Formats: sequence, structure tokens, C-alpha cells
Amino acid sequence: MSDTAPRAPKRPRVDPLYDPRVRAAVYQVLLLLLLLWLGYQVAVNVRANLVAQNIATGFGFFGITAGFGINQSLIPYQEADTYGRAFVVGLLNTLLVSAIGIVFATILGFIIGIARLSPNWLVARIAGGYVELIRNLPLLFQIMFWYVAVLSPLPAVRQSIGIGFQPLVQRLADGLAWLNFDLAKAAAGLVQRFAVWIGPPEVFLNNRGLIVPEPYFHSGAGIVCAALLAGIVATIAMRIWARRRLDATGQTFPVFWASIGLVVGLPLAALVVLGFPVGLVQPELRGFNFVGGIRLIPEFVALVLALTTYTAAFIAEVVRAGILSVSRGQTEAAAALGLPRKRVLNLVVVPQAMRVITPPLTNQYLNLTKNSTLAAAIGYPDLFSVFAGSTLNITGQAIEIIAITMAVYLTISLVTSLLMGWYNARIQLAERA
Amino acid sequence: MTPQQQELRQTRNPVAVDIVGLNKWYGSFHVLRDVDLRIARGERIVIAGPSGSGKSTLLRCINRLEDWQEGSVVVDGVELTDDLKKIEDVRREVGMVFQQFNLFPHLTVMQNCTLAPIWVRHMPRKAAEDLARHYLERVQIPEQAGKYPSQLSGGQQQRVAIARALCMQPKIMLFDEPTSALDPEMIKEVLDTMVMLAEDGMTMAVVTHEMGFARQVANRVALMDAGQIIEMSEPARFFENPQHERTKLFLSQILR
Ligand SMILES: Nc1ncnc2c1ncn2[C@@H]1O[C@H](COP(=O)(O)OP(=O)(O)OP(=O)(O)O)[C@@H](O)[C@H]1O
Ligand SMILES: [Mg+2]
Repeated sequence: MSDTAPRAPKRPRVDPLYDPRVRAAVYQVLLLLLLLWLGYQVAVNVRANLVAQNIATGFGFFGITAGFGINQSLIPYQEADTYGRAFVVGLLNTLLVSAIGIVFATILGFIIGIARLSPNWLVARIAGGYVELIRNLPLLFQIMFWYVAVLSPLPAVRQSIGIGFQPLVQRLADGLAWLNFDLAKAAAGLVQRFAVWIGPPEVFLNNRGLIVPEPYFHSGAGIVCAALLAGIVATIAMRIWARRRLDATGQTFPVFWASIGLVVGLPLAALVVLGFPVGLVQPELRGFNFVGGIRLIPEFVALVLALTTYTAAFIAEVVRAGILSVSRGQTEAAAALGLPRKRVLNLVVVPQAMRVITPPLTNQYLNLTKNSTLAAAIGYPDLFSVFAGSTLNITGQAIEIIAITMAVYLTISLVTSLLMGWYNARIQLAERA
Repeated sequence: MTPQQQELRQTRNPVAVDIVGLNKWYGSFHVLRDVDLRIARGERIVIAGPSGSGKSTLLRCINRLEDWQEGSVVVDGVELTDDLKKIEDVRREVGMVFQQFNLFPHLTVMQNCTLAPIWVRHMPRKAAEDLARHYLERVQIPEQAGKYPSQLSGGQQQRVAIARALCMQPKIMLFDEPTSALDPEMIKEVLDTMVMLAEDGMTMAVVTHEMGFARQVANRVALMDAGQIIEMSEPARFFENPQHERTKLFLSQILR
């Protein structure tokens, strides 16, 4: 078609005053000049202020002893360590909270978003109520709620609440025994023995935080990791093979279950054969403290809970909007072709919904990361409170610290955007511009 | 089913669609009232009627996009019930073309056409693509296979939708106002495609107000009003000598 079209004619001359391209260029130059002037004014003022207050400049403070403690650190840290190390501790804490928050908020958000569209009246109403309640309360309030109202009143270490299967089974046994007739008592005995066999609970909650099992790695752990890796590689190979087979013969293959079999089955087999070189150490109460297990401080638990539940409400709305954006005609056309419901969803609805969901989902991830700075309110040592809080207060080096803090959050956000942008580009469709 | 058995069933069962005593309500609103309709194999039926009379609803009952409260629908010897397996079986043999095309915007024309043959009929991709090319040629747009639906004109999109349905090699085709969303100059290209299908002996049920098309290809024309089939007869009689006042009124409005 285009090869027969005549060559584009020369643009007719337009009075520059009315040429939209000239106008656009002029406006942009004006805006740039304004911004440059503003930046210059700020720099001049700040410099004058610093000189007047006699504050050192430069990044030398990174090597100086910090002198303050931090109540959670992923790397060894003491008061005698430097500001530089404190910075890294804060950064890792921010990354930890953000990453865990993003994963759980995504899972919870998708579940609630889909539940809100459920034909089951009660399920849809509960999901709707959740969204309305959570998104209409300030996040700071919710963080305080979890921290002050839920976690603080928890019992002391010795009266820790055990969470796990065993307490549940135990309660069932108690309930049966309470019924107090022969059959129930016999059943209670059986359930009681089952409870003993399961062993003590895995997770404990008390006013000092959440105690979870700690993983151990004995010799042979490497082989298990290798088995996991092999399982992942085999899964990728299997998927390529399944795709080829589908193309060649039209036969479908239970890719999902085979993947689970490979990724879970292989390492599991290695575990059993090698006599469990990798496993979990159950926390155990000895005297006044727990032995084994990792303690998550209440500040961390409260922050993760609040960020997760809060962001999940917004993600649920994003997911719901995405699914609703796929018209009923699409589902009907796919169903009319004889596609089973499952295929209608994963071949027609989900791919189209994901295109709509990804960009606002990225926004929610960025919000969660930035909102993690509210950690300061309950004393969780994230980057902001350790660095732009304690460190800034003591050293007074505002320019450097603010600049670095800004650069870090900007970098995290940009990396998140880039990753999501790459994913989005993969699922976007070519459309007429 | 072996080809012999299939042939046996076809010769034994000359009825493609058998609707008996169909009643449907939306809440308290009675959309379909005691509808009886029998479509023979190879027969072409055109359904016309005022807006809101239940034409789409009736058509959508044939592949169970709608369910109903009373009556029975038997398609190609299979009675439609809540049984999902049977519903899928019937949908496989019944193609449908919608007013709004409903092409999958995230897939190319070729992928639109091969999706169901691959995932439902378990055809090898190569064979499915050959089949798709064949039908795209039949609807005269073989050169658009690599494009996305949004890059096509309305008439082209509707022809792709027809090709997509044909790729399942259905025994029956349902059309719900396939030309109502099109500009006048595109209506003809779609109608021509449908005439060609009719000449091939396809069993068709078409909801349309294109009376020229009805005259040309229909074996019978039905008029629906307020959920009932008021009058149904061969085109000559339907247009020249309608029996019901309602039909006369409708024809006078539509033919003018
Ligand atoms: N999901 C629904 N809920 C309630 N009423 C409905 C629903 N779908 C359709 N109706 C009603 O049922 C009646 C018949 O609808 P239908 O779409 O079958 O009409 P139609 O004859 O195809 O009309 P048109 O020519 O406008 O397409 C209409 O009055 C419509 O308002
Ligand atoms: Mg209609």
C-alpha cells in the first residue's frame, strides 16, 4: 500500500508565531531557565547558611564511630562501628521490609481483589469491607495500631503464645475430652497422641517480638541447593519441550504439576537421601529466653503487617479494575469457541488484565517502599531513621545526608520501575498508535 | 466417535437444533415465552424483530451463553444441561459471531484463529496455521494474518471473527447482528462472506435486519416480539404476504 503512495509533500510555511513546534520549543526553554535559576538560588543560600553555622562538609563522617545502638541488623553491628556501617544496616533493613512487604502485599492484594469479584455474596462483601476499612484509615495510624494495640499487650516471654498445628490439635483434643462420653474420650486420646507426635509449635509471639524457626545448614546442604538448581533448570527445559510438543502435536502437558514435581521433588529427594542436612531449628523456651530460632522485633512485625495489609487494599482495587477491564464479550467469545473455563482465564482474561494491572501495581510497590520510612514512628531502624534521623542529628551534615538518602530512595524506586517496565514491555501488545 | 458413527448420527439426526417450550426470566421480566424452534441440518434461519424482543437471548441459549428456567434445547443430538462437559462439547460444534466482533486484542489475527484449534482440538500448530490460512483466504484477508485486530477495519475484523469461528469447523453457525456495528460500505463484504457460507451448506441462525440477505439466503424468516416467535415462514411468504399485523408493521418500519 505505502509503496504506491506519493512522497510526503513539503510542509507549507507557517508563521513562526503560530507554529506549534516553535511554540513548544520556546515553552520548554523558558521552563528550563526557570528551573536553573531556582536551583542556583537554593545552592547559594544553603552554602551561606552552612558557612554561618560552621558545619563541616564532605563525606569524612562515614569513617567516624557512630556511638548509637541499632535494635535490628542483618550484619554484625555494635555501637563502636562507623556511620558507614550504620548506613548499610539501615539500608538493608529498608530493603528487607520493602521486599517482604511487596511479596505479601501482592499475594494478599490479588486474593482480595479476586475475592471481591466472587459470585459468593459473603466473600465479595468481606473483601469489599476490608478494602474500604483499610484504605480509608491513615497508614501511620495503622502502624501504631499494630504496634501499640496488638503487639505491645502480648504476654511476657514465659507466657508466649505458640502458633502452629500443635496448639490447634491440642485444643481439639481438649474439646473432645470435655465432651466426656466414651467415644469422644477415646478420640481425644488419639488426637492427644497425634499432638505429641507433631511436637511443639513452630512460631511464638510475645511482647519482645515474633520467634520463628531458624534454618540450619549441615554438610551436604550444598547438594540440596544443587538439586534445587537442577530442578529449576529441568523445569525450564521441560517447559520448552512442552511448548514444542504442543506446537508439533497439539497435546497439552500438565506443566504446572510437573514444575512443582521438579522444583520441590528433586530437593526433597536429596534431603531424604542425605539425612536432612538442611532444616529448621525449632525455638524452645529455656528459662527466661528462647534457644534456637530467630527473633523478629515487634517494630519489624508491626511495620510489615501494616505496610502489607495497607498496600494490599490498594493492590486489590488495581487487580479488580484490571479484571473488570476485560469485557464480558472477551470471556463469551472464548467460551463460545469451546475453551474450558480455566483456559478462558489464562489465555484470554489474565493476559489482558495484566496489561492494565502492571503500571498501577508498580506505583503501589513504589508507595510501599517510600511508606516504609514511617518506621521512624515506632523506632524500626530503617535507612531513614538510622541515617536521615540519628546520623543527621549527631553530625549535622544535612546536605550530604539528605543527598545520599534521596539518591538511595531514588535508586530503589528506579530499579523497581525498570524491572516492572521490563515486565510490562513483555506483556504489552502492539496496537495502532 | 468414528467417522462411520458420526455419519450414522448425522443421517439419523437431520435436526441440528431443537428448542422446545423454552422459557426464560430475568428476575420477574419474561424474556423468552414458550419458544419452539427446530432448525434442520443445512437450514438457514433469519430472526428479525424489534429491539429488546429477545433475539440475542434466544440465539445465546443455543450455545448456552445464557441459561433458562424451563424447556429444552438439543443441539446436534446433545441436550444442554448444567453439565459443563456437554456445554463444552456443544460449543465446539457451534460457532458464534458477535455484533462487537470480540476478537482477542492481545493476539494477532493468526493467533486468534489458531487459539481454539490448538487448545480445544489439540491440533499441531502447523496444521492449525494451515487451517487458519485456508479460512482467512475464504474470507479474503489472507494478507492480514500477522496484524493485531486493532489494526484492521471493522469489516475486516468481523471477517476475522468469522474465520476464527470457522477454524473450529463447526456444524452450526450463529450470527448475532454481525453487520450492525459496521459502516454501510463494510456491510456488503461481511454479507458476501455469509452468503458464501450459506452456499457451502452451513447450518446458520442469523439475527439481522438485513432483509436483502434474508430474501437471498434464508430458508425461513422468523419475527420475534416480546419474547415470542410470532410468525415464521419462507422468505417469499414472509415478505409478500405476512399473516400478522405485527409483522406487517415491522416490515413497513424496516423496509419503508
Ligand atoms: N442480563 C440481563 N438482565 C436483565 N435483563 C436483560 C439482561 N439481558 C437482556 N435483558 C433484557 O432482555 C430483553 C431481551 O434482550 P435481547 O438482548 O435478547 O434483545 P434483542 O432482541 O437482541 O435486542 P437488540 O435488537 O437490541 O439486540 C431486553 O429487554 C433486555 O433489556
Ligand atoms: Mg441483540
